[in-house]
Amino acid sequence: MTNNTPTQNAHSTEIIRRSLIGRLLRNPLTLVSGSFLLILVVSGVFAQFLAPFDPQATDINAVLSPINSKHLLGTDSAGRDVLSRIIFGVQSTLISAVITIVTSIVIGVPAGMIAGYFGRKLDAVSNWISNMLQSLPAIIVLLAVSASFGNSIFVSMFVFGVLITPGFFRLTRTAVMGVRNELYVDAARVSGLGDFRIIIRHIFGVVRAPIIIQAAMISGIAISVQSGLAFLGLGDPKLISWGVMLNEGFVNIFSSPTLVVWPGLAISSTIGAFALLGNAIRDALEDSQKVETSSSKSKYKRNSSKLATNDSSKSKSNHMLTVQNLSVGYAQGDGSLKKVVSDVSFELNKGEVLGIVGESGSGKSQTAFSILGLLPANAIIASGHIEFEGHELVSRETGAIRQKELAAFRGKRIAYIPQEPMSNLDPAFTIGYQLIRPVTQILKLSKDEARKKVLGILDMVGIVNPERVMSLYPHEISGGMAQRVLIAGAISCEPDLLIADEPTTALDVTVQAEVLDLLRDLQKRLGMGMVLVTHNFGVVADLADRVIVMQYGKVVEQGGVRELLRSPQEPYTKILLGSMLEGKTPMTMLTESQRDSK
Amino acid sequence: MLGFISRRLLSGVLLLLVTSSVAYFLMFASSNSIAINLLGDAATKDQIVAKEHELGLDRPILARYFDWLGHAVTGNLGKSWLSSESISESLLSRLGVTLTLVGVVIILAAIIATILGMLAAVKGGWIDRLVQVIGITGFAVPNFVVAIFLVTVFAIQTPIFPATGWVPFSEDPKQWLMSLALPVSALVLGTVASSAQQIRSAIKSVLERDWVRTLKSRGIPQREILFKHVLRAAAPAGLTVLSLQFVGLLGGVVIIEQLFALPGMGYLAVSSTTSGDTPVVMGVVVYTVILVIVVNLLVDLLNGWLNPKNRVK
Repeated sequence: MTNNTPTQNAHSTEIIRRSLIGRLLRNPLTLVSGSFLLILVVSGVFAQFLAPFDPQATDINAVLSPINSKHLLGTDSAGRDVLSRIIFGVQSTLISAVITIVTSIVIGVPAGMIAGYFGRKLDAVSNWISNMLQSLPAIIVLLAVSASFGNSIFVSMFVFGVLITPGFFRLTRTAVMGVRNELYVDAARVSGLGDFRIIIRHIFGVVRAPIIIQAAMISGIAISVQSGLAFLGLGDPKLISWGVMLNEGFVNIFSSPTLVVWPGLAISSTIGAFALLGNAIRDALEDSQKVETSSSKSKYKRNSSKLATNDSSKSKSNHMLTVQNLSVGYAQGDGSLKKVVSDVSFELNKGEVLGIVGESGSGKSQTAFSILGLLPANAIIASGHIEFEGHELVSRETGAIRQKELAAFRGKRIAYIPQEPMSNLDPAFTIGYQLIRPVTQILKLSKDEARKKVLGILDMVGIVNPERVMSLYPHEISGGMAQRVLIAGAISCEPDLLIADEPTTALDVTVQAEVLDLLRDLQKRLGMGMVLVTHNFGVVADLADRVIVMQYGKVVEQGGVRELLRSPQEPYTKILLGSMLEGKTPMTMLTESQRDSK
Repeated sequence: MLGFISRRLLSGVLLLLVTSSVAYFLMFASSNSIAINLLGDAATKDQIVAKEHELGLDRPILARYFDWLGHAVTGNLGKSWLSSESISESLLSRLGVTLTLVGVVIILAAIIATILGMLAAVKGGWIDRLVQVIGITGFAVPNFVVAIFLVTVFAIQTPIFPATGWVPFSEDPKQWLMSLALPVSALVLGTVASSAQQIRSAIKSVLERDWVRTLKSRGIPQREILFKHVLRAAAPAGLTVLSLQFVGLLGGVVIIEQLFALPGMGYLAVSSTTSGDTPVVMGVVVYTVILVIVVNLLVDLLNGWLNPKNRVK
């Protein structure tokens, strides 16, 4: 959805949080890795009672004995019981992970947030310290540390925790910087939100998941470093650890090759369990819409395919665009389908402007994206079909978007004007490149010809110095100019149908009027059909011939623009119109209580 | 741009200075038992005093530090306490082995991880799951465990590759390749495992951006969008991942060089640490820091070039 309001976001986060534990428990990976780690913790704590032998007790009569009923995993070169040593090895392993993680999170995350958000000197200093830590070869530092402070794993792992802090710091900082540069944080800052609240509301949501994954990763790295040090023979010699066992096994690799297997397996499965647990938490935290598209699409039968094949649709329509019984939904975590567009039908003739009006979440943008075939990857067309000049864009039979047909039309016959000008230009390419490339692709013009054409179009959309603008990058132009550029891009190949998704919403009021004038003028001049998605009746009154009013994904009312504005039939249309006339823009859902009171 | 480079270089020099100072004081602060370690327990008191004087350990640490620093600036990192060899020379002769190992691993891993990450992000389905499985497996099994497994299978049970040792490229390119095969494989798995997943999520988040949809709506072919626009937008994240991997590898090779008896810097570091040859360890620290600074600078330059917004004026 392109027009998420803050209220909606807050609402959806709450839902995600509530079902987080449920979704975690439903994931078998969580159960497997979680129980494994639980067993480890228990074995570590109760090692004395669980281990069948004293892990240090040597038995010269049973050196390198194979697996037998007395020694379940055999004995090592000193005749010590391998199973008991594995069980005792849990202690040093888990303690290492805990020390490292706690140290690095406590230092790294706050530092990264502060550095990334406030930038400038704070950022320079902390980034510099981070670079310094990263430049220190961890293992060598750990050697130096154990030389100075003795072979204590507590000290070694604490130092390693400090050394690996950049893992959290950089991640947090990069994420925060990215978010900070996004327009919405600027918007939040301008609208007077305090710095602290901006961090909490926008930025924490972005960095939370990466931090959790990183924590699992670093637990694993800590275990592998500790084992590696022990393997090199540089750990505490009295401490029982899997790394030391691995080293002893490697020495005896010819006589008893299984000796490396047990500690190797113990190390790998413990690190693996941490990684799996981290992954499971990430999956649960991620968007509730994380359902594999390819598999889920086939899972949902088109429930109203019969509806779509009734009488009127049989005869090929004379309309340029026909949308019939369209339903679009998103698969939910629990397997249900949440419909955002249901049973929407309309048509559009050549040169006609159809306004689709509704509040955020009414499904109007999703309807527009269906026509373009550019729904998000996890959206599912549950029923209905779309036809453009007799070509099926969404198949009547299967409900599949016919990307091949659409690819032939997109940019050439059907064009798109997005809502948010700044986020719809690739920041890494110049305006000129982004305008010329489609023209060379679609109209097969040479670069020079395309350039001339684009210059003409930029002039047409009211850009004063087109030569200069073409050499600029998107961040160097204003929002109003970017929207003109996007309009120029949409009309550059002379389309027959223009899909405009809230083309003026993100602009200043004065610029809005100019862009509307421009759109009206272009539409008349080029004779384009236009689907105009908006929440604003003013825009509709200005441009549209006919109007559809949508609410909760359904068409509430449709008709000619004059009739509908003069004498709206449905109560919802009246409320919507009423709130407009009071000068308020209904950005949020009108609640049930509001509707009852009117 | 020139100002940017010189500023980064200056900050790199400062970084080197601070890092090496911290390392120096950390390592030489507890140099009480150095002479005993070098001479053995049987050494008499006079011998110890003589040795300490010979090594300059009887002078205050600050004086020794500035001495060391003065020489280090000219590229002279002193002499080994054990062999009296020039540290800079012995490091330079070993740098090649380590850099070859790390370089080959990084290049291979970058290619494999980008392909896997891209496929997983775009196609999803089984490739996505495969990348996740590789990610977890490669991460769960530390490189020295992989190495032990590889040595057991491909050097001991079926002796295709040498279990240990290093053959210089100039001596015999084929043997060089053979001696690289197992250590490189042991390191590549882990590097690919962690970077492929991060590159996948970087690409995936780019794919969700508004401008990708707009490019599609303009009729630009999917392939061009992916390779020209999406890959480029995901590159800064990918480069950051790889630069972190590079530093990780500089540590990772220490164990691998030890395990395969490769005459690199890591091998030298471990043997010098165990034998108490601290100036050599100090030299390894300095060289490693220089390598990291150079790589970070390169990544910064690439990122600046890739994203016009980041370009520093």
